[in-house]
Amino acid sequence: MPIDEQELRHWVRRVVEGQASRRQFMRTMVGLGLSAPLVASLLATYSTAAAPGARSEPSAFTPTKRGGGGRLRLLWWQAPTIANVHLSTGTKDNDASRVVHEPLAGFNRDGELVPVLAEAIPSFDDGSLAWDGTSVTWRLKKEVVWHDGKPFTADDVVFTWEYAADSATGAVSSGSYQNIKHIDKLDEHTVKLTFVEPTPFWYDAFCGVRGQILPKHLVAEYKGQNSRNSPYNLKPVGTGPYKMVEFKPGDAALYELNPHYHVPNRPFFDMVELKGGGDAASAARAVIQTGEFDYAWNLQVEKDVLERIERQGTRGKVVIFPQAGIEHIQLNRTDPWAEVDGERSSLKAPHPFLTDLLVRQAYNVAVDRRIIAEQLYGAAGQPTSNFINSPKRFQSSNTSWEFSLEKAAQQLDQAGWTRGSDGVRVKDGRRMKIVYQTSVNPVRQKTQAVVKKAFEQVGIEVELKAVNAGVYFSSDPANPDTYAHFYTDIQMYTFGPGSPDPQAHLNRFVSWQIAQKANNWSGRNIVRWSNAEYDRLWKQAETELDPTKRAALIIRMNDLLIEDVVLIPVIWRNGVRGVSHTLHGMELSDWDSDFWDLAYWYRQA
Amino acid sequence: MHKYLLRRVLVTIPTLVGISVVLFTVLALAPGDPFEELALNPNIPAEVRLNLRHQFGLDDPIPVRYLRWLTAMLRGDWGYSFVSRVNVDRLILQRLPTTLFVLGTAYGLALLIALPVGVMSAVRPYSLFDQIATTFAFVGYSLPTFFTGLLFIMLFSLYLDWLPFIYSTTIEASGMRWVAEHLRQAAMPIAVLGLFEAASLTRFVRASMLDVIHQDFVTTARAKGLTELRTILGHVLRNALIPVVTIVALQLPGIFTGAVITEQIFRVPGIGSLLISAIQSTDTPVVMAITFVYSMLVVVFNLIADIIYGFLDPRITFS
Repeated sequence: MPIDEQELRHWVRRVVEGQASRRQFMRTMVGLGLSAPLVASLLATYSTAAAPGARSEPSAFTPTKRGGGGRLRLLWWQAPTIANVHLSTGTKDNDASRVVHEPLAGFNRDGELVPVLAEAIPSFDDGSLAWDGTSVTWRLKKEVVWHDGKPFTADDVVFTWEYAADSATGAVSSGSYQNIKHIDKLDEHTVKLTFVEPTPFWYDAFCGVRGQILPKHLVAEYKGQNSRNSPYNLKPVGTGPYKMVEFKPGDAALYELNPHYHVPNRPFFDMVELKGGGDAASAARAVIQTGEFDYAWNLQVEKDVLERIERQGTRGKVVIFPQAGIEHIQLNRTDPWAEVDGERSSLKAPHPFLTDLLVRQAYNVAVDRRIIAEQLYGAAGQPTSNFINSPKRFQSSNTSWEFSLEKAAQQLDQAGWTRGSDGVRVKDGRRMKIVYQTSVNPVRQKTQAVVKKAFEQVGIEVELKAVNAGVYFSSDPANPDTYAHFYTDIQMYTFGPGSPDPQAHLNRFVSWQIAQKANNWSGRNIVRWSNAEYDRLWKQAETELDPTKRAALIIRMNDLLIEDVVLIPVIWRNGVRGVSHTLHGMELSDWDSDFWDLAYWYRQA
Repeated sequence: MHKYLLRRVLVTIPTLVGISVVLFTVLALAPGDPFEELALNPNIPAEVRLNLRHQFGLDDPIPVRYLRWLTAMLRGDWGYSFVSRVNVDRLILQRLPTTLFVLGTAYGLALLIALPVGVMSAVRPYSLFDQIATTFAFVGYSLPTFFTGLLFIMLFSLYLDWLPFIYSTTIEASGMRWVAEHLRQAAMPIAVLGLFEAASLTRFVRASMLDVIHQDFVTTARAKGLTELRTILGHVLRNALIPVVTIVALQLPGIFTGAVITEQIFRVPGIGSLLISAIQSTDTPVVMAITFVYSMLVVVFNLIADIIYGFLDPRITFS
């Protein structure tokens, strides 16, 4: 896979910071024809050049006027259905909305804030960020206008909060806005947010994907119950680099250059076309082989197929970037086969053997992460021993993983599970038989097969189960096959924090969030684990304002999950995109929409 | 005739109600909900999802939801899409032109091929032409559209690089270039669908012609001294068309619902792909509207076919 300069810089940085394997880096570079000393000096001379809170893309392209770039063609294999991020049902909608709308600040690849509609990022130094974490003052960029010519002011920011926080609106972004007590408009271009309690994650509201600001003068009458009927949702007006021309839900969106964009000489393209639908493999072909499109989103294609497409294609390449999602196996702490008061996996019935730490440790060392990463994921993932890997400041260095069937067998022996006549382990007359479920997905089914084979070698009988993704991830309380019911012994899928602050992500393991019948399985603690120390750490981190102490708390929470084998992290996933050889300027970030820096994309042969 | 029509129309009402009950129940019992992706995002509180379910009335019992749908439908309100939050009729109308263009052209192409080829095959059965036509019809009929579709993409897009394989509704061109671009991108889907339909229709026309061609009245027509052409067209074809009309009439509603698989492969934003994405995201009002309109069209076209019989065969009377 050819590596462009941006990828190389990023990789070097990750190696220097100890995030990526030095040996792997050396081997690849030497493979590309660089001499070993040269590669070493490349690493040695590198200093963390990118200042926190900036786009790290080198400014190789400095246009002197807007436009002139023709049409940019983007291909999403899921089609956007609505262009208002606050009512979206998925990434496709967030992205379609992000072309038009902008937040106060976006997140770069490392989860750092980059100002968009804000004049600057609030900080303790200039007092715009309160020391006690109860308020934050944002200064807005002046002379920004909406696509219809009206000025962008503090009123729009206040309105966006009122809109999203109103439960009648049914905004999916409401979680980011509900902890705001009030917002004061200090002047036309300054707002002060006051929080209900000290808030370390003060950059949730108005930042990143869910932070997109709506124009008050157009949306005001569609707040609350009316939100769903608003024609605005399909004909949005924003401050972004491109204006919506036409939107066909479930098919395509067409945008044109915004001649009054607030960044000089940007954007580059005259038109942007966002086409949706189809499947990931043919999307990869359309960019890499036929060149019909310039950019394809989320190429979740099997490793072999994607590699073949890339080999055959001459017009584009596969670009990967680190994400935060972890493909992991959860171990059920409750008995899925005993029914108590009309529910299985009830807290009243502990699991017969997964409550034993030795058994869980045995399972952990019986998962061959290396084979899964190399054979099934390829560029799309790497083995991991952590649940939290990014942003880097939250990554624990205390954990490690190994694959050893002898050790697994030893631990099972030690736990009192001896092999029966058929090779399956037995203890007190109970056979060690487990059901392993996941969603229907070719890579997941192959992972299941790898794990099953290893488990069977150490005497664990495994029955595989695959549930249609639409059912598995649904919130239907009446369906026993959802991931939240967890009516099997172990299950596997991907979790990601979804924002650069993992607080909300980590509440998936606090004791008051245990999913059960009483809360219609809407609780987030699916494994039904409870641990007093973890609960305490989580509460402490919720209001801890010192970034260093907070990082320590989060790392400790991660370590608890790993030490107690609450789950088995398997693959740290990468984002995979198809990009035309002529398209440049993007810094793909998992913390924000693909389009967070769309204004800077350009074409150069 | 009028009485007959009235009776037929009245009979369709309970039929349609029955169909709608079955459709609605099946959809309501199907697992899943439109907010799947929200569930995995830790930043979206569970209450938001539960609140949305409640707002959309997904928590009410099925009979209540059905009656609400039925009364709205009777008032001409098709409901609104859960995921796009717009009225369903708007979504469907947006897709209709593309579907009608692609499928209409494909069916037209199919008829243009099937009628002459089928007639000529039947007039000279087991000739070389008939052998070739029958073989092609057989092959074309056996190959599913998802296979020929991919084959066409491999050949014309990836290998020869002649045609685009992604259908765009936002073509930047005007006048003749616009027409040309549209035809270029529609060529593959139309060909795939048209050839498949042509294959099955050819076999039908041929078989039905052969049934008629040996009848006594054909011999009589020849004995009267009619030319061969007039015999075939005026006497054989006209009678042979009755079963063909049935099959065409029953297939016409399909033009409305689109060709699900072909539309998916070529990313044609027709009603078929709308149906698929609505099913995948459990967007019940959209699925319900499309399937119900489809059943209505099937019922109506059945009626139309029955009426056309009367014109083709004066012996059939309506009483």
